[in-house]
Amino acid sequence: MAVVETRDLTKVFKEGQLGAVNNVNLETREGEFLVFLGPSGSGKTTLLRMIAGLETPSSGEILIGGRVVNDLSPRDRRIAMVFQSYALYPHLSVYKNIAFPLKAQNVKKELHKEKVEWAASLLGIGALLDRKPRELSGGERQRVALARAIVREPAVFLLDEPLSNLDAKLRASAREELERFHRRVGTTTIYVTHDQVEAMAMGDRVVVLNKGVVRQLGTPTDVYDNPADTFVATFLGSPPMNLAELGDVIVGFRPEHFRPVSTITDAALPFRFNVENIEYLGSEWIVSGTLKGGKLDGKKVFSRLSSAQNLQLGGRYEFAVPQQHLKFFDRSSEKRAEPRAVSWQ
Amino acid sequence: MAVARNKRMSIGAAQSPLLGAAMFSPAVLYILLLVGGPFLLAILYAFSDARIGNTEMHFVGLENFRSILQSPSFRVAIRNSFIFTICSQIVVIVGANILAIALEKAFRGRGLIRFLILMPWVAPISLGAIGWKWILDSIYSVITWVLVAMHIYKPFSAPMWLGEPHLAIASVLLVHSWRLMPFSTVILLAGRTAIPKDIPEAAAVDGSGFWRTQLQIVIPMMRPIISVAVLFGLIFTFTDMTVVYILTAGGPFDSTQTLPSLAFALGIQGSDLAAGAAISLFLVPLLVILAYFMLRVAHRAEVN
Repeated sequence: MAVVETRDLTKVFKEGQLGAVNNVNLETREGEFLVFLGPSGSGKTTLLRMIAGLETPSSGEILIGGRVVNDLSPRDRRIAMVFQSYALYPHLSVYKNIAFPLKAQNVKKELHKEKVEWAASLLGIGALLDRKPRELSGGERQRVALARAIVREPAVFLLDEPLSNLDAKLRASAREELERFHRRVGTTTIYVTHDQVEAMAMGDRVVVLNKGVVRQLGTPTDVYDNPADTFVATFLGSPPMNLAELGDVIVGFRPEHFRPVSTITDAALPFRFNVENIEYLGSEWIVSGTLKGGKLDGKKVFSRLSSAQNLQLGGRYEFAVPQQHLKFFDRSSEKRAEPRAVSWQ
Repeated sequence: MAVARNKRMSIGAAQSPLLGAAMFSPAVLYILLLVGGPFLLAILYAFSDARIGNTEMHFVGLENFRSILQSPSFRVAIRNSFIFTICSQIVVIVGANILAIALEKAFRGRGLIRFLILMPWVAPISLGAIGWKWILDSIYSVITWVLVAMHIYKPFSAPMWLGEPHLAIASVLLVHSWRLMPFSTVILLAGRTAIPKDIPEAAAVDGSGFWRTQLQIVIPMMRPIISVAVLFGLIFTFTDMTVVYILTAGGPFDSTQTLPSLAFALGIQGSDLAAGAAISLFLVPLLVILAYFMLRVAHRAEVN
């Protein structure tokens, strides 16, 4: 097990252009499940590939287990990686796929069978060892890829969107399985995804990336409840945080905190809300509409309610946001700012 | 949806069966006239005593085959056909793999080098072979000149590339390999680019070095495309007579004769149509087997 650290890590693909990864400083914790979360093009995969040794950094350092590994080839970094496509070797049986890292690392031949069977049983694919990858379902392929990664007991696991090729139903169960798998083996894991649900559900901590820059590093609760800037605030949550400009400050509030006044007992900022659309999602309702009156007249906002049965399309209602759930961002830097008294009237 | 479309199409075809036949007929005519006709004629000649300049023809049964099998030149020709075909394929596949690996990654001037490598395939075989005839000539050979200049050989005692049986065989082999290399390189290059980049990367992360990745992952994955290159190469080499004919005309002493060149030498140049036809018929079963595998491989490549 080991800790991965990056120091001012930068990758510029084309001279003179903005880097894909810019001055990233990160440090995992021992045995941690760290998630890189960001939209496509945010540099999360490039960052992971640099850690794996598949991409050469333009500047900065990568440390694994306290040792600078910039000049080490992937094979010498004691890492294992699961690719988005799984990258199974199509001409080899499942057994040979899993045994390949052992062969490549010159592990004694007598040990192969035992180790392959151990990895396969850990992932419940013991019965598939004679099959070829093309005869497997998506979920089975993913497990083979994981077994191949774990078989030589690496110091660090790198997972590049391993669930994105599975259908929605399978994804939920595969996610749970991955979490259980991580708890059992306890290896430091870096997981790349663009899916905030995966990031929130699986990560011990989440790194939110945008345009090659780390926007925030924190626990899922941290990044959701205390977003460092407006990007993090709107990237996490569905529908995203409502943002409204008031003078030199941006006020943000989550849809679930924007509720009818009657349901709020604490001190709250009141709004007049014109309901324009109501979506019923089973366990909750998503209500969208515009604010009325004052400086925020016409501002589109979302509300997430457990019940919206007494709301009418086109109706105007008194809504409010509890004071403690108002987030403030500086208007020019878009970074988190100190709470202050605001009024939209 | 697919069913409905099929139905509509079959109705459309049924409405004008003549159109289908008309579209198809040039291909059929071409094959019947230029392939089927000569082939039947060859079978006819092979069982007769047909000669150029003689209008009479008698059925002689298997006499031609019997006498061919006893002829030493025929045995040499059969041996050479196999040597040239198999050895040149080995050289070509090894060489083409190396070239394809070298040309896979982008570098300055790659386009030019790719173009140059393709040249032997684009140029007519006869011109290429004539060029090589000069390169290997007993008096004007540049290779000899270089060897003499390097003091490896003395003038006048240098090897006669096309004049000594073993050297002549090696020379023909070399030219065949030179000729086929670009074709295989292009095919293998295409096969290489078709392999997802993830796979060699996964191998690298799994701890595999360059050679292991190439030999155990990439090349096995390219097996279908390599089979295509090999099968085409086998047929091109096996049926080719231009290279031998121009370089050595089968000599010295029939030592580089192949089945096609011997058939030509006996049947056309030697006026013994019957013998020539019988020799060329020996090629048929082999080529049928090769063609069968070629179609199978092509089909499988499609499925994958």
